[in-house]
Amino acid sequence: MCLAIPSKLISKEGTKGEIEIGNIKREVNLTLLPEVRIGDYVLVHAGFAISKVDEKDVQELLKLLSMADIDLGCGKI
Amino acid sequence: MKYISEFRDHKLARKIALRISRIARSIDREIRLMEVCGTHALAILKFAIKELLPPNINLVSGPGCPVCVTPNQYIDKACIYMQRGFLVTTFGDMMRVPGSQSSLVREKSRGGKVKIVYSPVDALRIAKSYPQEKVIFLGIGFETTAPTVAASILMAEEDGIKNFMVLCGHKLIPPAMKTLVENKRVRIDGFLCPGHVSAIIGSEAYEFLARDYNVPCVVTGFEPLDILQGINLLVSQIYRKEAIVENEYTRIVTQKGNLKAKDLMERVFKVSDSYWRGMGVIKSSGLSINEDYSRYDAQLHYPVEITSFKEKKGCRCGEVLQGLIEPRECMLFGDPCNPSNPFGPCMVSVEGVCNIYYRFGSDHKVEKLNARSN
Repeated sequence: MCLAIPSKLISKEGTKGEIEIGNIKREVNLTLLPEVRIGDYVLVHAGFAISKVDEKDVQELLKLLSMADIDLGCGKI
Repeated sequence: MKYISEFRDHKLARKIALRISRIARSIDREIRLMEVCGTHALAILKFAIKELLPPNINLVSGPGCPVCVTPNQYIDKACIYMQRGFLVTTFGDMMRVPGSQSSLVREKSRGGKVKIVYSPVDALRIAKSYPQEKVIFLGIGFETTAPTVAASILMAEEDGIKNFMVLCGHKLIPPAMKTLVENKRVRIDGFLCPGHVSAIIGSEAYEFLARDYNVPCVVTGFEPLDILQGINLLVSQIYRKEAIVENEYTRIVTQKGNLKAKDLMERVFKVSDSYWRGMGVIKSSGLSINEDYSRYDAQLHYPVEITSFKEKKGCRCGEVLQGLIEPRECMLFGDPCNPSNPFGPCMVSVEGVCNIYYRFGSDHKVEKLNARSN
């Protein structure tokens, strides 16, 4: 099951880290995402961080979607 | 919750839905879009996305639930390992999946040893804590899960843990998508490509589908706005009569994917043919443990051969998994097959299509009520 809730990395020591989601804290393995930094939001699958959320892309997509009645990437219809 | 609530804005959802309707009207034929991820299927039903779409857009589910596509032989093997005294560790949704004769939960009630884990690392911990046990982890899952298992095997080697093994049943999504588009019985006008599988393999992995088979592909996230935007991009491609790979989920997925994860998979696994429930053997669609790490291969060290296996009579999971039928078209759906009394894996797993339709679809309840009142 792919849980799609990004969680905040609050500590990191080598390949071990801790994420926080709501008030829950959980251990996370960072082997697959060694470059991640404390404060980053990550997606966790089966105890491993697999991807980092790109804040810039979040804002870009939201901006694009808010212009939904004008253009959504395929020209005006 | 950060990065969740922004993508559940109902006003924006209506705007995108309106745009989809406008484009769909100008296409003026049935458009069949397939999602190949159990979590997409769940989100589509849970957020009632289908209710927002015009009647000529048909969302169909594909083989996106790893537990569901795992054949009965695999479950049968796991049961035999339990009968032989091995300690089996597994993700929770495998427990109740019926095999030919038994299931993990039934073997547990007979005294077999099984533990549910959240991560393969937990299975490794169990192996470390119980050195007298032979611990087998059930390696089920697509490209999202396979690197976590590869990493665990490498950790076992580093820590010198010798009583940890994997029954490797990992599968690869793009070859299954290829088989579907080559199957003349299944018509697919576009793919909503799985978000987290793509986080590992990258959006480039689908390029052959657009290039060689002319099927539009959009890597899509899991929130309602993501899914609507994914559909919007697909119908826009169909309207423009083009087929390319687009990435709606750029906040998570890159073109090349997670290189570290891909590297670990390459180190530990080799690509092999694999049997998918309902679809049969698909060439180069699975992973098995390579020679360098063969000491962690349960099947190699303790071979179990399954000579015959059988599916539950009447169960149509195989057709559901290919988008050939909807769950309600199966005679067993709802009564007698339901999450408390599952006949097939699609009703067991929380990301199985039948289970999702049972929980979030309303049709079967209405039909049952009508049948009773008549």
